[in-house]
Amino acid sequence: MAPRTMFEKIWDTHVVKSEEGKPTVLYVDLHLVHEVTSPQAFDGLRMAGRSVRRTDLTVAVADHNTPTWDLSLPITDPIAQQQLDELSKNCDEFGVTLYDRFSPLQGIVHVIGPEQGYTQPGKTIVCGDSHTSTHGAFGAFAMGIGTSEVEHVLATQTLRQFKPKTMEVRVDGKLSPGVTAKDVVLGIIGKIGIGGATGHVIEYTGEAIRTLSMEGRMTVCNMSIEAGARAGMVAPDATTFEYMRGRENVPKGTDFDKAVAAWEELGTDEGAQYDQVVVLDAEELEPHVTWGTNPGMVAPITARIPIPQEYEDSGEQESVTRALDYMDLEPGMRIEDIEIDRVFIGSCTNSRIDDLRAAAKIAEGNKVDESVYAMVVPGSNAIKRQAEDEGLDKIFMQAGFDWREAGCSMCLGMNPDILKPGERCASTSNRNFEGRQGKGGRTHLVSPEMAAAAAIEGHFVDVRDWRG
Amino acid sequence: MEAFKTLNSGVAPLNRVNVDTDQIIPKQFLKRVERTGFGQFLFNDWRFDEKGNEKPDFVLNQDGYKDASILVSGRNFGCGSSREHAPWALQDFGIRVIIAPSFADIFHNNCFQNGVLPVVLPEDVVQKIIEHSENDPDYRITVDLEAQRVWDENEEIVADFNMEPFRRHCMLNGLDDIGLTLEDEDDITSYERERSEHGGVVPA
Repeated sequence: MAPRTMFEKIWDTHVVKSEEGKPTVLYVDLHLVHEVTSPQAFDGLRMAGRSVRRTDLTVAVADHNTPTWDLSLPITDPIAQQQLDELSKNCDEFGVTLYDRFSPLQGIVHVIGPEQGYTQPGKTIVCGDSHTSTHGAFGAFAMGIGTSEVEHVLATQTLRQFKPKTMEVRVDGKLSPGVTAKDVVLGIIGKIGIGGATGHVIEYTGEAIRTLSMEGRMTVCNMSIEAGARAGMVAPDATTFEYMRGRENVPKGTDFDKAVAAWEELGTDEGAQYDQVVVLDAEELEPHVTWGTNPGMVAPITARIPIPQEYEDSGEQESVTRALDYMDLEPGMRIEDIEIDRVFIGSCTNSRIDDLRAAAKIAEGNKVDESVYAMVVPGSNAIKRQAEDEGLDKIFMQAGFDWREAGCSMCLGMNPDILKPGERCASTSNRNFEGRQGKGGRTHLVSPEMAAAAAIEGHFVDVRDWRG
Repeated sequence: MEAFKTLNSGVAPLNRVNVDTDQIIPKQFLKRVERTGFGQFLFNDWRFDEKGNEKPDFVLNQDGYKDASILVSGRNFGCGSSREHAPWALQDFGIRVIIAPSFADIFHNNCFQNGVLPVVLPEDVVQKIIEHSENDPDYRITVDLEAQRVWDENEEIVADFNMEPFRRHCMLNGLDDIGLTLEDEDDITSYERERSEHGGVVPA
């Protein structure tokens, strides 16, 4: 057989039916469901008298609308409550496992999938959420879908898909201290643009990727969609298997060894061709900060805010001007001079234990600047407990950070955690679109380390030469 | 799903690149549990000021444009969140066709599930349509899916577009994907049987 990429291998083993000129019917191994993109899908099933084909391959979680305040307090938004109730009702009626707001294992869907061992190499994974690409960090083909497709998967356990193209993004060399997975992916998006990988599945390769922890790989794969990619993936290796070993829902004992032997075969074959190849040098990467209204509007911390007239393309000039106007930034100003009002450490991009440890290291012994309100939102209840066992919560609280319950929180402002109009936030999340964190709010995407340091200084600083 | 064959309509120009789904339908309106009623919130933060009044400079608030069924915009339209509420909002507002040089993948898929036709035309043609419609609110074009062609009344613009034949077929006939796939249920069952003989799918 001709050499194949990892994506092609996974695709091939999931083809249910393939006909010339038609989308392939692709089998789905794991369907993750949340409250925002599922009610209309369940409703569609109900109206057509259909059932969920494989409840054993379907897992639901409440995360987008859930407040991150004390669990004993009620939800004050009646429409959010209705959507959460609807999810509970639907899961009950159709027999789907649900992690609700009060489950000890609740968390952000893209955090608990890997944490509970549902996410595994070689699987096809879908969810009505664009950041499903996160799960590709394990060598799975994982992608976001719309609500009609959610209904389609619920009813048939398959998806009709045209085969995407492949793109290798290779990051050679070693990352410098203070340069993180977040900076790698922001650097990639800055290089190829937010539509740069449209129609493609990215496979991340190279020394800098191989040396990342699973948390770091998830951060990179998470933001694949911000480059327009259908999915992002990293070949499974010893780091992957060590992360998975012993987790709930992962095979145990000799079954695990057998599974590992199969997973080891998944990697891209020698000589396999990608449709596109992009190469970055890790040693050139610096800590990054977004300055505009999409994740491609990003620059190293040492840079200045761009000057619109310096862009050749008139469309580009206009969107940069519009972005700077929205962000209330002066062309040519130093990024380090941007003062912030809020800090958000959390989201499916950067809320895992590694992220919290890194931020706590910066926060330890320091104080959040008095002009800043900073919050830390663990990605799951399990992470929250682990962080508390390690004493991270105390470090954060002593430094003046708010320590919250798990959830999507201020990544998307669908719950009470939102920016006020005009507020400026250093955020470890994934999108800096206009109004994303609250109408009129201004978002700068950064790594957990950069966010924590900005909280302490009240403006952005270069964590590489910052000593607190 | 409503079938789409041909449409003659006014054109609303939205001359911006990378229009993301957070702008098409901001998150505060995603909490409805129905598919309908999202049109009132379409482009909310661009259409309305803090007090909820229409911003007169936004194209969909202007006479001649607000009733257009064709939206024309810059490249990478529909990027960002997977929310299908975006095409629901566009359709509910009365938009049946979006013309752009390129679309983000998930949004593109979602359009086909809802009878909203995404038409990809070359950047220069899109710019011409934007110019014509900006200059003349009464400017109209015809989009013919059968012929895969777009033209205006003076035939200053005549452009052919490509589309996957299968997707075109489903749009022309208003076919629902689930119904089609369930015709292949035997294939799904035999795939599952074969997989289970090889250890099967790990249950969630």
